Amino acid sequence: MSDTNNSAFQWLYSPIVKEHFTNPKNVFDPDEAFAADAEGVVGNIKCGDQMMFMLKIKDDVIADVRWKTYGCASAIASTSMLSEVIKGMPIREAYSIKPSDIASRLGGLPENKIHCSVLGDKALRAAIDSYLEKTHRAGAFKGEDAVVVCNCLNITDKDIEQAVKDGARSWEQLQEATKIGTVCGGCKPRAEELLHEYIHIYGS
Amino acid sequence: MEQRFVYMDYNATTPLREEVKARMIEDLDIYANASSMHEAGRRARDRVEMARKQVAALIGAKDPSTIIFTSGGSESNNTVFTTMYELGRNAERRKIITTAIEHPCVLNAARHLADEGFPVVFLGVDGQGRIDLSELERELDPARSSGGASLLVSVMAANNEIGTVQDLAAISRLAKAAGALLHTDAVQAAGKLPIDVEAWGVDYLTLSCHKIYGPKGIGALYMRRGTKAEPLIRGGHQELGIRAGTYNNQGILGFGYAAELALRDQGAFEMRLRALRSRLRDGILAAVPDVRVNGHPTHVLPNTLNVSFPGAEGEAILLSLDLEGIEVSTGSACASGSLEPSHVLMATGVGPELAHGSIRFSLGRGSSEEDVDYVIEKLAPAIKRLRRMSTIPSSACRA
Repeated sequence: MSDTNNSAFQWLYSPIVKEHFTNPKNVFDPDEAFAADAEGVVGNIKCGDQMMFMLKIKDDVIADVRWKTYGCASAIASTSMLSEVIKGMPIREAYSIKPSDIASRLGGLPENKIHCSVLGDKALRAAIDSYLEKTHRAGAFKGEDAVVVCNCLNITDKDIEQAVKDGARSWEQLQEATKIGTVCGGCKPRAEELLHEYIHIYGS
Repeated sequence: MEQRFVYMDYNATTPLREEVKARMIEDLDIYANASSMHEAGRRARDRVEMARKQVAALIGAKDPSTIIFTSGGSESNNTVFTTMYELGRNAERRKIITTAIEHPCVLNAARHLADEGFPVVFLGVDGQGRIDLSELERELDPARSSGGASLLVSVMAANNEIGTVQDLAAISRLAKAAGALLHTDAVQAAGKLPIDVEAWGVDYLTLSCHKIYGPKGIGALYMRRGTKAEPLIRGGHQELGIRAGTYNNQGILGFGYAAELALRDQGAFEMRLRALRSRLRDGILAAVPDVRVNGHPTHVLPNTLNVSFPGAEGEAILLSLDLEGIEVSTGSACASGSLEPSHVLMATGVGPELAHGSIRFSLGRGSSEEDVDYVIEKLAPAIKRLRRMSTIPSSACRA
């Protein structure tokens, strides 16, 4: 009998994901002394995943990195990959890394696992934000990588993120906070997706 | 210990028994339509009726004509709920009582009736997965609950995820006293526990063949004599007009033989599995700190062990074991394709921490002590590794 669909016999994820899952890089070792200059934590146990990033920063360049996660295999693998990519990278550049960049370096992730991989870059950004705050530059990188979601009112993904951080947990509350989707309404599917994603990150 | 292949997902499905497979292959040459009047057709029909007797015997049904062959558990369960739609849509008595821990095919069929305007109640369960009989009694009493008189009580015999077994005889007494029909999804109980439709007093009972080492794509609905059924599939006169479609000869024959063997082996099988389950449970408790065994300590399927490992995420545990050749399943949201963890574990009130980190080990005919020991040996370092990199301390989830 011949194998008609070879992929069914492979591991669930790509070989690169498998390697990063079984031998993740830069994982925080509870026994080591890692003096971080900045830390960021996002996610919550209710949604089933949580991520923590620790950074050593020298002259605005990431000198070293550690991370921890309560998460699935693709969360572990994508954060491991992310931690390798950002070593030696200026914090400004690291701040704009997107989950899709990491997913493609991993040789792709299944569609339904993409949301598991977004926590890594969010935790990284939270760590950089806290560092900027510490060095009196709070919010310095905000808006640089914002993507316009609602063209009618020029509302970006960052605005949606901020609204969720400020307590919006439903479409109505998001509209109240941002006025999104009150003109043509064409942005609603994408905006609802982002709302769902940010609630996942910041907790329900 | 060298790498092994250990299948511990028997509640998902079971391999086809060699003896059953051999009979099915033999039967492949019998091509005649079992509804045909000629001799070849009658021969084929003979085998179908033989299988009906074997399946009836497995559940203690005296009358084989109470067995309707279907394509499986989902179809049998949906047939019951479609029947309730017909019986209840223009009737006063139309309340449906089921539980929060049913298989999705019952949950969604019940939700559909709710969408159609039926009063539907999903009974909660206690921390060990059993329904509260006094709550059932209250819901069956129109004077003490809303929704009027009850048409159907549908409670699964044993749960697929945590293995908890319900007290069907007691549920039956309450349902009968209130004049309601009783359905039970016995897909997981079949072959593992003795089933007696007379003692249980059920009106409908659902069976699936591929959970008892028979082929997939075949199942049955037991209907007490005199109960009504509305066909999901209309057509010919097969199965008393309740389930049209040409007989699946090989599937039915395989089902019959698998049922006969399951009945023959049940007692010894149950005892052997219970011992293996205890070995696995005790081994995990000894090798891994901070774990919680889910489900009922005694009213539980002999083969099902559901354990939560706080601090480690279920999908990551599953895939760590997969790399060691061990096949299990998890209640984690990350494995379900949704953001919600196991509805069963959440209904028992364990909370998302324990639900996301849960693993179901389900043992079966092929399981051995060596398999169990191998799983314990591989599990301990996998959990340790994931907990070391976790943001959630394993102790944070101690009850």
